[in-house]
Amino acid sequence: MTEPVRTLVVRCPDWPLTALGVALSDPAVVLTAGRVVAASATVRATGVVVGQRRRRAQGMCPEAVVLERDEAVEARWFEPVVAALSDITPWVEVQRPGTCAFGVRGPVRLFGGEVPLVGNTAAVVRKALDETLGEGTYPGCLIGVADGPFAAGLAAGLAARSVDGKAVLVPAGATPGFLAPFPVSALERPDLADVLVRLGLTTLGTLAALPVADVVGRFGSEGLDAQRLARGLDGRLLQLAGQPPDLAVGIEMDPPVERIDQVAFAARSLAGSLHDGLARRGLACRRVVVEAETGHGERLVRRWRDEGAIGAAALADRVRWQLEGWLNGPPGVRPTSGLVRLDLVPEELVNAGSHQAGFWGGATAADERALRALNRVAAMLGPGSVRVPEWRGGRDPAEQMTLVPVPEGPVAGSVDGPIPVVPHPPDGPPWPGAVPAPSPAAVHAEPAAVDVLDAAGRTITVDGRGVVSAEPVRLRQGGGAGAGVISWAGPWPVDERWWDPSRHSRRVSLQVVSDDGLARLLVLEGGSWRIAATYD
Amino acid sequence: MYRTYVRYWDVALPSSLLAEPEPFDDLPPEECPAPLAITLSPVRTVPTLAEAARRVRPTTLAVERTLPVVPALAGLFLDGLRRGSSIGVSGPGARSLAMALMAGATSAGSWAAVVGDPDLGLVAAGEAGVALERLAIVTAPEPSAWGDVVGALVGSLDLVLVAPQHRVGAATVRRLMARIRERGSVLIRVGDGPWPDSFDLALTVVDGSWEGHGSGHGRLRLRRAEVVATGRRAAARERSVAMMLPSPDGSPVPSEQPGSG
Repeated sequence: MTEPVRTLVVRCPDWPLTALGVALSDPAVVLTAGRVVAASATVRATGVVVGQRRRRAQGMCPEAVVLERDEAVEARWFEPVVAALSDITPWVEVQRPGTCAFGVRGPVRLFGGEVPLVGNTAAVVRKALDETLGEGTYPGCLIGVADGPFAAGLAAGLAARSVDGKAVLVPAGATPGFLAPFPVSALERPDLADVLVRLGLTTLGTLAALPVADVVGRFGSEGLDAQRLARGLDGRLLQLAGQPPDLAVGIEMDPPVERIDQVAFAARSLAGSLHDGLARRGLACRRVVVEAETGHGERLVRRWRDEGAIGAAALADRVRWQLEGWLNGPPGVRPTSGLVRLDLVPEELVNAGSHQAGFWGGATAADERALRALNRVAAMLGPGSVRVPEWRGGRDPAEQMTLVPVPEGPVAGSVDGPIPVVPHPPDGPPWPGAVPAPSPAAVHAEPAAVDVLDAAGRTITVDGRGVVSAEPVRLRQGGGAGAGVISWAGPWPVDERWWDPSRHSRRVSLQVVSDDGLARLLVLEGGSWRIAATYD
Repeated sequence: MYRTYVRYWDVALPSSLLAEPEPFDDLPPEECPAPLAITLSPVRTVPTLAEAARRVRPTTLAVERTLPVVPALAGLFLDGLRRGSSIGVSGPGARSLAMALMAGATSAGSWAAVVGDPDLGLVAAGEAGVALERLAIVTAPEPSAWGDVVGALVGSLDLVLVAPQHRVGAATVRRLMARIRERGSVLIRVGDGPWPDSFDLALTVVDGSWEGHGSGHGRLRLRRAEVVATGRRAAARERSVAMMLPSPDGSPVPSEQPGSG
């Protein structure tokens, strides 16, 4: 079992906001895929939290400016910070724009203790931030030190609330105790956390206390990873036995490439082949080193860390961000010639783990594929164009079911199945007076007006006692002779929501079969007949 | 020259020499006609691409090539709803029939999408047995985007029901059908309008009659109807079934006297 590496995490809070040029005093929220990813302090004070839906956040804080997240910009603005930290240690790993980490074992000797190291790191970051963003505009970073990057990240998150402001140091060996009171949601695995909470395991401490065999038996490798994190160990076991040969991939670019989109294109295929190579051996990597070299021998090396094993597309994005920051940087930083070589080196190999559908509900492969296609179509046609039925209840066929937009984004592992809506009538109270089964197969979104006539050609009326004025004989839509009525049933009066003037509805429905072979549901409301539905 | 030599042996070789040696053959071994077991046609050890593809192709069971249908409709199909086919549904009651078609497959785990039919009665669909948790309703796209949208859906969903309000181009349908055959989905077209391609199976509802109501009394309880299927190739013979479409609880049920309509 590998010892967790003592790690220092530097975290710039509200980075998505800062990168988009929002002053911290301005009310603003940053969204991605309709959910809040960052909100400024004034907005958070109104109750907006990360992960909320756009509409709810806007409802809570209407004055907030809503911005769309741009990770490329975040990465570009973060690049100077990472470059400055390279003065302390060359082993800086970027976890995501705004957060980076490095092992303290080497630099701690240089600075003579963790406290001076933290102080120096804060000063270096402070200077880099002031240079890029302007003096005094950003309050500075948060620093956490603990055993392992996961605990150090949580410590950095706590640093905002610590006494001296900017740093939390968890003493060596005290990490499990430090982690114990955190809620399981800190694992950032919502599906797993959801189940754990239902089982009564609300904190990392209770999860860590479980026997390992039981956790593996119940939750498989994902549960094991989560428990290892909760115990203050590294998330996944490193694949140390029999290091496979060379999994690094690289590409020579001749002629030298200067445009970022060309580099990004090369990076995409390179990331794909790196992944293929790893997957062929059943491996994944926790860290990727991206090395770029220019024609004049300048080199840029960055380490990217992602506990969730970096995917090919995500890796290509990271390469792009990194090089964008470099190629578009200030003249002193910018390389003096085009790129001639790009290398991706996987580090900290772990077993990829097999993908297995969760057994606590969740989606099948077909469900995921279908939802991906529906999301794609929704993107083509605009929001709200792809909808799924949801049961609402009511007396009219039109109001019993409503359509709600198809859920966005990945839904794998939503607890109640592929789509968390209620498609069937729950066993609730009945709706007396509802139109009985069989229901009409066509419910008209825009009911067409129709004349219901008696033998003398007068429009049928229904009096207050629910009695028709005469037998309906003919239906006429617009001009023309119309269709003769073969048989009819009704009328059924409905007087709904008389207590609510705005939603009060008083109407009469009538089932009519006409000689054109169709059966229709006609509704008289406000003195005019309409075809509400057709029994197609 | 060599080839001629081989041909010569090939033709002139007495069949007795290729067979087992005669038991009374007293020639010494060295005088026996030389090794005749030489392969006259070279053995091909490298398979062609088509052979390799055939070998590595996963086995498809017959049941996987079709989607299940509800019992009331079983008489219309030879085995089930064949994947990669197109079905036209028309006549008064086409929507009820389309729902009945979707019921079997969606309740077995397939997804269905309805493109451009905002009037589809969802309550009726639920009563007909469609698994509404696997049903998506897509608003009608612009005619120019129609082919792309339906193409994206047939690539990932098993059933796609379309009711285009515009004239669909022949090239669009050809592209669509190629994709449907490749991905093994089923396209159901509802309505009577023109369609540039002939359907693999055309279903028509005929002789529908409602029961259960009179002059101001009763209510619509069921519709007896006959569904006629005509198709191509194996399904060319016309078939028809009589059924309650819908029955009093909304589901399609075979009639008591099958075949009598």
